[in-house]
Order: sequence, then structure tokens, then C-alpha cells
Amino acid sequence: MTSVVIFYIFAAVLLLASLATITAKNPVHAALYLMLSFFSGAMLWMLMKAEFLAVSLVLVYVGAVMVLFLFVVMMLDINFEELRKGFWKHVPLAVIVAAIMVVEMIMILTHKAADLPGAHMPEPAAGYNNARVLGNLIYTQYFLPFQLAAALLLVGMITAIALTLRKRKNTKYQNPAQQIAVKRDDRVRIVKMNAEARPAAGEAAADEQQPNA
Amino acid sequence: MTWTSLNAWAAAPEIFLLVAVSVILLIDLFVSDAKRHITYLLTLVSLAITACLTVNGLAQPVQLAFSGMFVADPIAGVAKLGMVLGVALVLIYGRTYAEARGIYKGELFSLTLFALLGMMVMSSALNFVTLYVGLELLSLSLYALVALRRDNVHATEAAMKYFILGALASGMLLYGMSMVYGATHSLDILTIAQRVMNGEVNHLLIVFGIVFIVVGIGFKLGAVPFHMWVPDVYEGSPTLIAQLIGSAPKIAAFAFVIRILAQGLEAYVQDWRGMLVVMAILSLAIGNLTAIAQTNIKRMFAYSTISHMGFLLLGILVGTPVGYAAAFFYAVTYMLTTAAGFGLVMLLSREGFEADRIDDFKGLNQRSPWFAAMMLLVMFSMAGIPVFVGFFAKLAILEAVVNLGLTWLAIYAVLMSVIGAFYYLRVVKVMYFDDAEDKSPIVAGLDSRVVLSVNCLLLLIIGLMPDRLLYLISAAVAHSLLPA
Repeated sequence: MTSVVIFYIFAAVLLLASLATITAKNPVHAALYLMLSFFSGAMLWMLMKAEFLAVSLVLVYVGAVMVLFLFVVMMLDINFEELRKGFWKHVPLAVIVAAIMVVEMIMILTHKAADLPGAHMPEPAAGYNNARVLGNLIYTQYFLPFQLAAALLLVGMITAIALTLRKRKNTKYQNPAQQIAVKRDDRVRIVKMNAEARPAAGEAAADEQQPNA
Repeated sequence: MTWTSLNAWAAAPEIFLLVAVSVILLIDLFVSDAKRHITYLLTLVSLAITACLTVNGLAQPVQLAFSGMFVADPIAGVAKLGMVLGVALVLIYGRTYAEARGIYKGELFSLTLFALLGMMVMSSALNFVTLYVGLELLSLSLYALVALRRDNVHATEAAMKYFILGALASGMLLYGMSMVYGATHSLDILTIAQRVMNGEVNHLLIVFGIVFIVVGIGFKLGAVPFHMWVPDVYEGSPTLIAQLIGSAPKIAAFAFVIRILAQGLEAYVQDWRGMLVVMAILSLAIGNLTAIAQTNIKRMFAYSTISHMGFLLLGILVGTPVGYAAAFFYAVTYMLTTAAGFGLVMLLSREGFEADRIDDFKGLNQRSPWFAAMMLLVMFSMAGIPVFVGFFAKLAILEAVVNLGLTWLAIYAVLMSVIGAFYYLRVVKVMYFDDAEDKSPIVAGLDSRVVLSVNCLLLLIIGLMPDRLLYLISAAVAHSLLPA
């Protein structure tokens, strides 16, 4: 009974936070609400005894992705007010579409043909460890797709680097190895020059005599 | 679970390829732009070794590996050989072209090899998860390759369109797969086939899932009405990437369709046949009719691909091993033909000049009678004129369709091919009867000239002796489809 009460509390928070995400005027507030909705979702998973998924959702989405997102929102100077100008104008249509979707979903979910297994979830055995079961499956039955998913991430990394890395032409940087390897000849150039011709004797004498005159 | 129960040796070509890509990726870091040929040669060598390992695997009986996620059967083996060849042709024909356009970089090779890995996984996967991961490995690498010329507006636009529509298609496919999972409670293709056979599934849900799976496959194949991305991507991407998209992945897509529809959901053949008939009819019409209006040869190839995919679907929708073998033969020979076509477009291109208009082929006979003859072979083969391989590919499919009793569909396909012959023959006319506007000599390496000539002559040689390849492919199909 308590778990049902907790479920409804978290579900309500989740729905309200999601609604706030799309209606908030300030993008920073929207990102914070989105974090709240992710967190509530994680708590719902926890309620279903999927603690590993719950923890990874918090770590990955709330901890990393959303923080990055907040960072970007704060760094970029985008006028979000401009972007959502027509929002309230389109609300009536959006509400109708959403309502139709909800009705359709209820119709199909409650229809006999869907034959969904419903809420009778098997009770896990004592000592059941979510993370261990998941780990066992990933490294045995799902070994191949798991490794291929790693290759997929590598492709993503290569792509990101290939598409964004640019060597700037006009940056000035130091190369310590070159600085250390420098030789005297690279820096100092000794130029042979002919010595200046000495002034003629008569002129010099005349110069010396001038102050006296 | 032990090492032997993993049976990893069955996946030797894939494992070798993955290791080879990683090594090439590392070696390339220490190779300067001037010595990029080292990466190129290493890539070709690893492709050759992958092909050898695949041939070695062909001799073995059908084996399952990685707890049923992966199967090494003749259909996958032959498909892999075709794909390795297709990728090698892309790199050989595109070397000079890529050098002149500043994309002759390490990423070109590593991403191409990753795309090949994805295709190989797709053709060997026996589980929805593996199928999907292989497909995504292929798609992501292709999106990146299209965008590789990042300062080119057309390439970026094409990559964007390809990415968004491809992501949509993946979503559709996943949705369909989840429905089938909901109906059968399994992701394993053989288990699904068995449960469907025993009738312990929810029919409504599974048909609903098939609709979405077919839509996703249609997107990936580029069949009408899901073809919108094909012309833009072909036109916008560098020609060697267009060749990559147009050749080997078609074989992978064929294997993908066979795994899901023929091996997993064969019992629902009545349901998916209708959908494929509609897609084939539309593809044949729109592909052939729109190609007539094109002035850009890459766009023309794009619409011709759409019509050829219509033919491929005709073979698959027959739903018998004969039909699958015909479609497989079509996919393999189409890969060879389209590779030669794009190879010739790249042969005529040079630094700062793309030979991508049909007018650029004007008077090719005066400039180079040999390559004009080669283009003639390619065009005749694509049009399906007898003694060229394209004719036998079409013949095999039409025979299977007629045997199914859909004579009207076969007649329709022939009519559409006749219309299609117009734009192929127009290229021949332009080459032989028009005066050359551009008389500059052809610049290309000896390697690509020789391989291209062999490739084009193969279209004639296989056309003269189609029995060997047809027999190999029929045997592969017959030995692969396990009785569920």
C-alpha cells in the first residue's frame, strides 16, 4: 500500500516537472525542472527494484548530461522568448492532439487484442541483485552486441573529432622540443662587414682644432 | 558460459576486421599526409585478409555463435564477400578523387571499415539486438562519411538530411521490433519463427510490428514512398561515398530483410508480401520516370537505384528460396554495376572538376574509346540488355514472380524497364554521337584504370556465363535457411 502511495507521489512530481519544463519561460528553470523529472523517473525505477537503472539514470542524465546542458544554456545567449513566440497561440490545437493521443492509447491498452501482461510483475527471489544479473547478461548472452555498441561509441568519437577538429592557421604556440634543440647557429648570425674607412688625417686635425677656434 | 560455448571463431572475419580497424586507426596517427598511402595499403591488405577468413568460413557447416546472436551461414558468407569487394572497389576508385578533395584522411579509411563491420554484422545477425546494432554501426559511419567534406555546403546538407531521415527510419524499425517482441516475447529470430509457427503469438500485434519494420526497411533501401533522401544524398556526398552508399549496403540490406522477414516472420508472408508489392510498384514507376528528367548523372543513378530496389523487392516478395536467390543475385550484380558506374564518374573527375553532369560524358568516345566502351557495358547492364549481367538478374527475378502467379506484376516490371532503358541509352548516345566539349585528358592511377576495366568486363563475362554465380548464390540460400 505504501508503495502505491509513493508511486503516485513520484508520478505526480514527474508529470508536474515535465509540464513545467515545457512551460517555463527561463531556459535555466526548464533545465532544472527536467532534472527533477529525470530524478523522479529514477525513483520510480527504484520502486520497481531496478536499482542499477535508477542509479545510472541519476549518474548519467542528472549528473552529466543535464549539467552540460545547463552549462550550454548559460553560455549561449539565445533569446528563447523569441523561439517560443507562437507557443500560447498553438496551445488549443496541441491540447486537442494530446487528448486524442491519450484516448487512443487508453483504447489500445485496455483492448483485449493488445493482451498486455498488466501489472502482475513477478516477485524477485531473495538475494536478487539487479546489477549482478545485468552484468552477467551483458558479459555472457549479450556479449556481442555489447562489444559492438562499444565500436559504435568509437565511431561516434572518431566522427566528432573528424568533423570538428580544425587546425587554426594563425595561432602562435611554442614547441618546447624545438626550443631546447635550438643551436647557436639558428639564432645568431655573424655577418662579415668591411671595417669603416678611417677619416683622412687632415680632416681629423681640422675637427680637433675647431673648438679652439 | 565458457569460451568454447561462445564459439567466437565463427565470427573470425568480424573480429579480425575490428582489430584491424583499431590498429589502422592508431598507425594512421603517426602517418603524415604525404604518406597516407601506407594507411590505404594497410586497409586493402586487411580487406583481403577479411575476405580470406570469410572464404575459409564458407567451407564450414552453419554455426551459431555468441549464444545465438550470430550465425555463420553461406548466405552471410557470400554476402560478406560481396561487401568486402564493394568496399575495396570504393577505395581503389576513389583514391585519386579523395586526394584532390582533401578528404584523403585517416577517418575516411577507419569509418569505411567500420561501415563494413556494420554490414557484416547485419548479414550475420540472428537477433534483433545484433541486427539493430549492426545497422546503426553502418548508418552512423555513413552519415559521418557524407559529412566528411565539412566545408562543402552540399555535403553538409546531404549529411543532415541523411541523418534525420535515417534516425526516423531507425525509430520506425525499433518500434516495429518492439511490437514483434511484445507479441512473441523473444528477440531471437529463430525463437520468433518457432513461436509464430506454433501459433502462440498475438497476431494483431505482430502484423502491426511488421508494418513498422517494413517501413524502416523501405527507408534504408530507399524504396518509394520512403525514397526522398536518396537523390539528395547521392548528389551532395563526395562521389566515392555515394558509391559506398549505393553499392555494398544494398547487399547488407538484402541480408537484413532475409533475416527478419524470411527467417523470422516467414509465416506472415501473406501480410508482408502485399506491402512489398506496393513498394515495388511505386519504386519501379517513380524511379524510372523521374530518372528521365535528370541532367546530373549522380541523381540519375539515385533514381535508377530506386527502380533497382523495386526489382530487388520483387524477388524478396516471392517468398521462396528461388525468389530470395534471385534477389540475392540481383543485389550482388547490382553492387558490381553501380560500383563501375560511379568509378567511371570519378575517373572523369579531376581536381576542381566534378564530372557529374550527363553532358560531361559528351564525346567520351573521342577522348577515350576504351572507357567509353566500359561505360557502354555499365549502361547496357543497368538497362538489362541481353548478354549483360543485368539481364540475367532481371530474368531470374521475373521468372520467380511469374511462377508465383503474379504475371501482371512481371509484365509491369518489364514495361518499366523498357522506359528505364531510355535514360541509360541516352548516356550511350551522348558518349558516341555528340562532340566533346571538354577535351582534357583523363587523369587516374593505373590501379583504378585496371580494376575498373576488369570490373566492367566482369559485367559482360558474368552475363555470358551467369551459371556459376547463380549456382553459388542459390546453393548459399538453400543451405542457409534453417528449417524452423
